[in-house]
Amino acid sequence: MLKYLLEKEFKQLMRNRFLPKMIIIMPCIVMLLFPWAATMEIKNINISIVDNNHTVTSQRLINKITSSGYFKLVNVSNTYSDAIQSIEYGEADIALEISNNLENDITKEGVSNIMISANAVDGMKGSIGTSYLASIISDFTNEINEEGGVISQGGILLKPYFKFNPEMDYKVFMIPALMVMILTMICGSLPSLNIVSEKEIGTIEQINVTPVPKAIFIIAKLLPYWIIGFIVLTISILVAWLVYGLIPSGSILTIYCISILYIFTISGFGLIVSNYSNTMQQAMFVMMFFIIILLLMSGLFTPINSMPDWAQAITIFNPLKYFIEIMRSIYLKGSSLKDILPQLYSLFCFFIVLTTWAVISYRKRS
Amino acid sequence: MNQFSSFVRKEFCHILRDKRTLLILLVMPVVEIILFGFAISTDVRNIRLGILDPSNDVATRSIIQDMDASKYFTVNLVLHTPEEIEEAFRKNKIDMVIVFEDKFYERVVHNGSASVQLLADGTNPNTAKIGVGYATNIIMAYQMRLSQKSAFSGASSATIRIVPNIKMLYNPQMKAAYTFVPGVMGMILMLICSVMTSIAIVREKERGTMEVLLVSPVKPISIILSKTVPYLVISIVNMITIFLLSIFVLKVPVSGSMAWLIIVSILFIFVSLSLGMLISSIVKTQVAAMLFSGIGMMLPGMLLSGLMFPIENMPVLLQWISYMVPAKWYITAVKCIMIQGLDISYCLTELYVLLGMAVLFIFISLKRFKYRLE
Repeated sequence: MLKYLLEKEFKQLMRNRFLPKMIIIMPCIVMLLFPWAATMEIKNINISIVDNNHTVTSQRLINKITSSGYFKLVNVSNTYSDAIQSIEYGEADIALEISNNLENDITKEGVSNIMISANAVDGMKGSIGTSYLASIISDFTNEINEEGGVISQGGILLKPYFKFNPEMDYKVFMIPALMVMILTMICGSLPSLNIVSEKEIGTIEQINVTPVPKAIFIIAKLLPYWIIGFIVLTISILVAWLVYGLIPSGSILTIYCISILYIFTISGFGLIVSNYSNTMQQAMFVMMFFIIILLLMSGLFTPINSMPDWAQAITIFNPLKYFIEIMRSIYLKGSSLKDILPQLYSLFCFFIVLTTWAVISYRKRS
Repeated sequence: MNQFSSFVRKEFCHILRDKRTLLILLVMPVVEIILFGFAISTDVRNIRLGILDPSNDVATRSIIQDMDASKYFTVNLVLHTPEEIEEAFRKNKIDMVIVFEDKFYERVVHNGSASVQLLADGTNPNTAKIGVGYATNIIMAYQMRLSQKSAFSGASSATIRIVPNIKMLYNPQMKAAYTFVPGVMGMILMLICSVMTSIAIVREKERGTMEVLLVSPVKPISIILSKTVPYLVISIVNMITIFLLSIFVLKVPVSGSMAWLIIVSILFIFVSLSLGMLISSIVKTQVAAMLFSGIGMMLPGMLLSGLMFPIENMPVLLQWISYMVPAKWYITAVKCIMIQGLDISYCLTELYVLLGMAVLFIFISLKRFKYRLE
């Protein structure tokens, strides 16, 4: 019986002109473009410098800032208000004002002030930009100190090491999580439209009068998404390897096994939405509503640890959170199955609850 | 005109009868504003710290205490051997490990040098870098205290210092809501207008009721326009909800002109509605319309509009693509007027681009609209 139902599902899928193409094209687009877009690495901060000092020292500071690679000098303004104006026009993000007695202050008093004004509308950029700038300035003073023969005294020696991602590439961090995002979008939103579209076309009545048991019907609906998910995942892994040279440091078999579990979980959720909806429009909006919240609360874009406690409590009920953690651990840290057992258990609970719910919520009687 | 209004009434009936969709349409902005305003933050806080401290003396205990007391770190795990470090990282229990030398205090005081290793989980380069920065500051502050106390700070008087005075313009408290409110507005209005309109039109095609409408004496153009009116109303309701929420709940003031803000928003609503019309003239099925407008609008809206990730960091190709995202122009304009409180003359480019997009989309979708069924 399952065989015929599956045949029907695949025929329906393949006859659609749009869907098979999308299953191939979407993961390619997402994997090719999004790692470049979704980056918290701040580069090219536009800076406007007001140099009232015009000395060798101030010129050296400006050179140091522009050669750091983080800042792009937009203009050297004459007055502070010019610099603020270029912030207002959106040309500059940060204005730096060097006072007219910088060199004098340094040589005579030993202390000088420097004004940094950042456009903090984009909070992230403002705070990171100023901290970069502050650390460049402190490097600069150390340099001058060393030249002046003052050797910074011994004390605590700090040695930072960055593990797992030595080049500190943000793309590497995003790629495994973006795979989860594509799987969620395709294997979550397509099933949510599936049963309800049968309802809208009226073919659900024909299924309802057959002796097909509810569980078999739901499994026949889930299995195609499992294969679709497999294709999507394979394409993503291939693109990650060919374009970004990223291969999982853990076992690829583990990734596939856990993906099976996740795809069933998220398509089960889609089917639940589909069962409860009357029109495709409704199903789609409910699903979109949940996908946005699930994505935002999953740690995909922003760290979960930074959320307030109540929000962290909500993320416990987010299957994406666990799968993203699993994918990042296996892909980047080489975690084995044993290391990620807690997340795997949670995911398994979601799988049981959601698929059972999907079977129960499908009713033959309207 | 009477015909037109009865068509509009018909559309309202469609929407009002579907209580669940209507509920989502009205609740979505509220939930998103609350999530973005209170839950989501790009700050780095509560970095989970592992400690490997073979010396366990005055100095290391005091540093650990300082770390734990700061809002940036929570001490999560005390390790005993270096072998445990790798495992703790793999099990995802910690984000950073701080490894002290043995006889730490003695070395600092007598030898004048002792080393601390900061091992950070570099999978997230952002948290790692910022975490190392915070830890460095805390340890340096401790060292400063120590050197002042034991008065071997002979050299420090000769060193020079440059003190940066930092001023955060427009958003002095660095509230994340200031960044997100314009973004959420752009995303919600875009989703509701373009997705809903395109689906509503395509549904009539798919169900075959479009034929019934086309044989009525109403001009085809009014059929399409009447479909957009209810969504225009809903979008305006949403716009007002978002404004009220952000002003009274998130306490984000409107520093610029409210009138211009509303004009720009309504212009953006028109762009989105016409985009919805355009999509509906291209696709044939609701699934396609949904994937096209839903995923095709939602993803670029979230990623390429400057809502979360600064556009300037992206490669040039993506920057060009972002110029085609209407939400990007709208968000820039809203930031300009609402947060920075600037005059409209500062965001004329954005205004013209949105206007141009609206005209272009309406023109193409009218051209492409088929009066006859195939």
